[in-house]
Amino acid sequence: MATPLSARMPAGGGAASFAGYRAAGGYLGLARARELGAPAVQEAVKASGLRGRGGAGFPTAMKWAAVPPPDGGERYLVVNADEKEPGTMKDRYLMEGDPHQLIEGLAIAATAIGAGTAFIYLRREYTRCALELEKAVGEARVAGLLEGLRLHLHLGAGRYLCGEETGLLNAIEGKRAVPRNKPPFPQVSGLWGRPTVVNNVETLCNLPHIMREGPEWFKALSASSDGGTKIYGASGWVASPGLWELPLGVSAGEVLERAGGMHPGRALRAFLPGGASTDFLPASKLDVKMDFDSVAAAGSRLGTGTMVVLDDRTCPVGMVLSLERFFARESCGWCTPCREGLPWVRRSLEALESGEGEMGDIEILEHHARSLVPGRTFCALAPGAMEPLASALKLFREDFEDHVARKGCRYK
Amino acid sequence: MLSRDEKERIEAEAGRYPSRRAALSEALMIAQEARGWLGDEALADAARELGISSASAESVATFYELVYRLPVGEHVIQICDSVSCWIRDGESILDHLRERLGVELGGTTADGLFTLVPAGCLGLCEAAPAAMIDGEAYGGLTTEKLDAILDGIRGRKRGDAAQR
Amino acid sequence: MSVANIIVDGKPYSIEGAESKNLLEACLSLGLDLPYFCWHPAMHSVGACRQCGVKLYKDEADARGRIAMACMTPVVNGLRASIEDPEARAFRAGIIEWLMVNHPHDCPICDEGGECHLQDMTVMTGHVRRRYRFEKRTHRSQDLGPFVAHEMNRCIQCYRCVRFYRDYAGGKDLDVQGWHDSVFFGRTEDGALESQFSGNLCEVCPTGVFTDKVQASRPTRKWDLRTSPSVCPHCAVGCSTLPGERYGELRRVRPRYNADVNGCFLCDRGRFGQAFADSGDRLRHCLVKEAGGQVPAPREAAIAAARAALSKPGAIGIGSPRASLETNFALRSLVGADRFFVAISDGELALHRLMRDVLRAAGRRVASPREAELSDAVLVLGEDVWNGAPILALRLRQASRNAPNETAMREKRIPAWDDAALREAVQDRPGPFFVASPGPGPLDECAEASYRAAPDDIARLGYAVAAFIDPTCPAPEGMGEEREALARRIASALMRAKRPLVVSGSGLASAALVGAAAAVLSALVAAGQDARICLVFPEANSLGAAMLAAGGLESAARLLAGAPEPAALVVAEADLSRAAVRGDGPSLMALAVATIVLDHSPSATSREADLVLPAATLLEGSGTFLSFEGRAQRFIALRPCEFPVQDGWRTLDELAAPGREPRSLDGILAAIASELPELAAIVDAAPPSTFRMLGKKIPRGARRESGRTSMHANLDPRDPDPRLDPDSGLAYSMEGAIAAPPSLLSRYWAPGWNSDQSLHKFQSEVGGALRPSAAGEGAEIGARIFGGETGRAALRELAFGGAGAGAPGIPAAFARRGDALLVLPRRFAFGSEELSAKSPALATRIPEPRLFICPPDAARLGLTEGASAEIRFEGADSVPQVLRVAISDLPEGVAELPWGLPALPGAPLASWAAVRPSKEAAR
Repeated sequence: MATPLSARMPAGGGAASFAGYRAAGGYLGLARARELGAPAVQEAVKASGLRGRGGAGFPTAMKWAAVPPPDGGERYLVVNADEKEPGTMKDRYLMEGDPHQLIEGLAIAATAIGAGTAFIYLRREYTRCALELEKAVGEARVAGLLEGLRLHLHLGAGRYLCGEETGLLNAIEGKRAVPRNKPPFPQVSGLWGRPTVVNNVETLCNLPHIMREGPEWFKALSASSDGGTKIYGASGWVASPGLWELPLGVSAGEVLERAGGMHPGRALRAFLPGGASTDFLPASKLDVKMDFDSVAAAGSRLGTGTMVVLDDRTCPVGMVLSLERFFARESCGWCTPCREGLPWVRRSLEALESGEGEMGDIEILEHHARSLVPGRTFCALAPGAMEPLASALKLFREDFEDHVARKGCRYK
Repeated sequence: MLSRDEKERIEAEAGRYPSRRAALSEALMIAQEARGWLGDEALADAARELGISSASAESVATFYELVYRLPVGEHVIQICDSVSCWIRDGESILDHLRERLGVELGGTTADGLFTLVPAGCLGLCEAAPAAMIDGEAYGGLTTEKLDAILDGIRGRKRGDAAQR
Repeated sequence: MSVANIIVDGKPYSIEGAESKNLLEACLSLGLDLPYFCWHPAMHSVGACRQCGVKLYKDEADARGRIAMACMTPVVNGLRASIEDPEARAFRAGIIEWLMVNHPHDCPICDEGGECHLQDMTVMTGHVRRRYRFEKRTHRSQDLGPFVAHEMNRCIQCYRCVRFYRDYAGGKDLDVQGWHDSVFFGRTEDGALESQFSGNLCEVCPTGVFTDKVQASRPTRKWDLRTSPSVCPHCAVGCSTLPGERYGELRRVRPRYNADVNGCFLCDRGRFGQAFADSGDRLRHCLVKEAGGQVPAPREAAIAAARAALSKPGAIGIGSPRASLETNFALRSLVGADRFFVAISDGELALHRLMRDVLRAAGRRVASPREAELSDAVLVLGEDVWNGAPILALRLRQASRNAPNETAMREKRIPAWDDAALREAVQDRPGPFFVASPGPGPLDECAEASYRAAPDDIARLGYAVAAFIDPTCPAPEGMGEEREALARRIASALMRAKRPLVVSGSGLASAALVGAAAAVLSALVAAGQDARICLVFPEANSLGAAMLAAGGLESAARLLAGAPEPAALVVAEADLSRAAVRGDGPSLMALAVATIVLDHSPSATSREADLVLPAATLLEGSGTFLSFEGRAQRFIALRPCEFPVQDGWRTLDELAAPGREPRSLDGILAAIASELPELAAIVDAAPPSTFRMLGKKIPRGARRESGRTSMHANLDPRDPDPRLDPDSGLAYSMEGAIAAPPSLLSRYWAPGWNSDQSLHKFQSEVGGALRPSAAGEGAEIGARIFGGETGRAALRELAFGGAGAGAPGIPAAFARRGDALLVLPRRFAFGSEELSAKSPALATRIPEPRLFICPPDAARLGLTEGASAEIRFEGADSVPQVLRVAISDLPEGVAELPWGLPALPGAPLASWAAVRPSKEAAR
């Protein structure tokens, strides 16, 4: 089974070396891309069917195509390395294990959109990634591989919304990471008003391989209609939490197998397929194919593809509380429903979990699950926060009510 | 108040962008580094270096959770309270810390050594429960492991473990 | 101008100019009620609060629709929306519910109550039941100075305050802090808000976070206030104001909407500077000078004494640039046109006359502040607009974004109302905006380029620009490469623009600057450009007084000194000691046989007078000011005069009798129009005293005014007759017409809209002009006297010399005179203007007077920051002043002295002085 994204990562840990990366065909994809020129690169990526790996699954070539024709001014390629979605650690894994892969990928993307400057927006907490990336950038630069591309590492200062595309742009500009309304889209007015494309780390890591081996090869890697492999993960009370590169579209059950199944003494109850902002799927849906369309059809989202598992000895209300505590704390404070609604949700859950909950609190939770939806909020944070809550209210209603009835949590 | 080296680093960062303001979050972190926290004077100095107002710098400083606008202890413990760590008994690790250090979240120990703050997902979910101390990641925490780590950190200065 | 056909709740509407409108604006303009918070008519949309959610439908078949924010929805042909859809209504009520989670139950004690936009929107959405049962978040509020109070618990996080203060008005010390549900709007620490536009936060904030601290000392609900349409007396912009009184006391001053002048804003001087009208030391009695000093006298006796003094021939009258046209004219009628002077120096009057002549020649190209804001290229020659004409400066600040905005709108297809997207796309890049001034100022940050120089060099730059635009204009020589390049750059920017503007004024006492502005205008007109001009005068009626006066103070002194017999001197509303006069001989008052002073507030002049007759302020009297753009605007009394106080012009007419019937206000206006046909339009500035709406007068009081009959019961239990107002169509009453034409409108209220946001119900379109009244009165407030085609030849003559008096021609380059410094006047927003400086709250903001000099000159003269310096002006009898030094970015050889501060005596405008270190401490 081909695992292009992780193939060069040393077995014992640490980062793949520059020499090792080159020996395995590294930077050939970039050379090819430069040779072919931007339109051909965009065509190749379009043919590959690559969809964004940051959570939204938007076709990458379509995002690039929205960049207007050159006007003599600067254009930017931004790498979204601000991974902070709870339960998600795949980008960290990729940057720590094979930093050159990302650098080659971003350089290909920069070629595809005619960007002369690229920023890697890296969350500051990823200290090892920062070291590896700085080292790798230095190596690539000295080897002359970054000709014509100004590349800078920009460290974040701690905010989930820096991972939101337009919030990220504001963060780079030295402002509060409050999102922007779209339109205009970043491709038209991004960093400092200039055309900008923001791509996820994992998305970019696929580009060297697409350019080197071709779109058909990429498509053949997967087990579904979308091409390529995916870094899947599992956390929670599985036997061996971790990350594994698998063909895109394997079933959730297969991922769970890689994790060694459930931890002894615990049974699977439900799972969030792709990180915190996805709907719970019950254990009965373990056979769902983990690709964008199949998970959506099953009533959830692939998101980041890193599962968080709920076992039968963990309180669903407590789990949802830990999620909502995160989202409420990470609200930027710009729009009313998120800023005022999420703390209310958190307080209601706290009341339930501590045994002081009322039936009215559950009604309030349902009200928010219905009201904090796209279009009504300014960005996707609050709607994302509602996905686990809404699905939990459907799947675990009796647990919520039990907290009220017994004035406490039966899982404690 | 900022040293010449700090000013040079800020200037170098500012040079990478078409607008000096883009260096602000880095400038604030540079100003915070040596002192552990960002005081009013240091904030004003950083703002002045970049040609922006103090109010504007404060607006950004108070938005980002890694900028500490209040004094912190010699070592900052960021304990993850997000879902994967919570599921794997993160709360008992937190309770142990609170008891051992005698502080609540946001508090600093009486001896000025440790400040305890919650952190949103640190991206160490396969090694939950996890924490970061002085910028270094620690996963697979148990109360015993944590005790050993804290004992090891005692006596170390803030800058020693800092990686950048 | 496109037209879009849209459907809202099943009804079709045609929206004109749709390409620049969002759905919220369209609905409000149609009279449909839709709640909002973060949208603002001047600052447009950002989509933060989510209050204006409506349903949008894809097409006829779409029955479900989706909720979208009306303020962020472009108006396009075929748009289908619903405001009344139950889901949309529930959503909007839900937004209020979220805002109420933390909002405190402060209404009974909150100053905003009864005119609170949050109250109105809450009622509009129908949210009534509280479900939130947990704790509210609270904040520690700040002391933001004497003007604006801060109560952060009430905040609904609409972000309007920071968008206005920081983005719109350029303030640097207020911003948003924190995140999630603990965001905080304030300064980094307690302290007075630095921006002189801070008072607008009181209206911009839709709840009671920012309220009028000056008003708070005498809290009054909106429905208890009596209001009248007034005009700000503190500078020549002529902003429309809305003073409010209760129990006869001025409680507050708010902006009155004037689409052409101040829009919906006011500066702090206008808002907080009128406390002089209620000052304890106001002149409320007739005073007669006796051996021991001035003593009160019965009015009859005082009038008799005045008549006696005036019975001698040759009486001279000194009018004032802060007195109304009527008062100035009445004095002129009393003493005769050739014996009527104005309380400024001959030199200053000559400059004002030159400006008047330029404006006459410019005709329809004299820009109103609204037109100034529409300019897409601006050249400011010398004038400190920020301190001298603040609201004009605020407009110019917006204008600097027009050209880059237009580009961004076109290239990135961003709608005009998408405020955040435009600011992001444009990024602080200034448009073609050029500021030439001696020292730096807040408009520099809007400028593409700034030029620091002495006035003559600035004028030469202006003349060079004119010559580049129109090569037939004489050009200054020896400019040097750098200045030539700058002039060429400015010239091309003005020529590339669609609506270029040149701004200058009398602030630096330089005729050359005005000439240069005229030159630039004439060149642009010759080149076929749709150009405009602004010339800033110092005081509310400077232009009016200049049009009536025969001369300035030196001329008056000469006439008095040369009179065969000592004559009387009548001074109306002026403090002669403030005038920048080079004293050559005994003072005016010493030359007169008797001095009669009419004024409302005591001054050095009134204290020396033989006879004082108390005059009404603009709050008790009605009259007309002529603003810097030649707009005649009527201010109408807020409250009746308390005997013996009376309008200055009424008293002056009384002194003229017997021999003339005392005139009514309409009578005086007619007399002015007849004697000075150029001012004929002032009659149309407002409807006459006979104006009625459907037979009724317009009430100053609200229908819900409380306590009218019990208010004075302690003095007299009888129900008092309402005082009569013979001067206007307004009444001192609660009863009367419910509508008013724009010039008489002083109350904004509509059912469900108790706050100032109800303004949009009075506009033809949101953000636009007021609706003309049914009686056919025009939508414009006031009447402009300048119009008609531009006289290019006249402009050229004025610019380059010729027959006209005061025509300057191109000056020589500025040359130093040894170690002497050319000391220029520097105006401060707080302190330079006479009346506002008396306001206790404003007085705390007056800066300590300093002499500003540049580093090389300071070094040369042995002065450092904070050191004491002695300033001795040229002229034998000049008394040296001692001031502390402030180092500033000025050209060498040029210094600045604060002008008009109460702590400083009058100083000559723009004079050479010897400056050296002083052993004396500065006062």
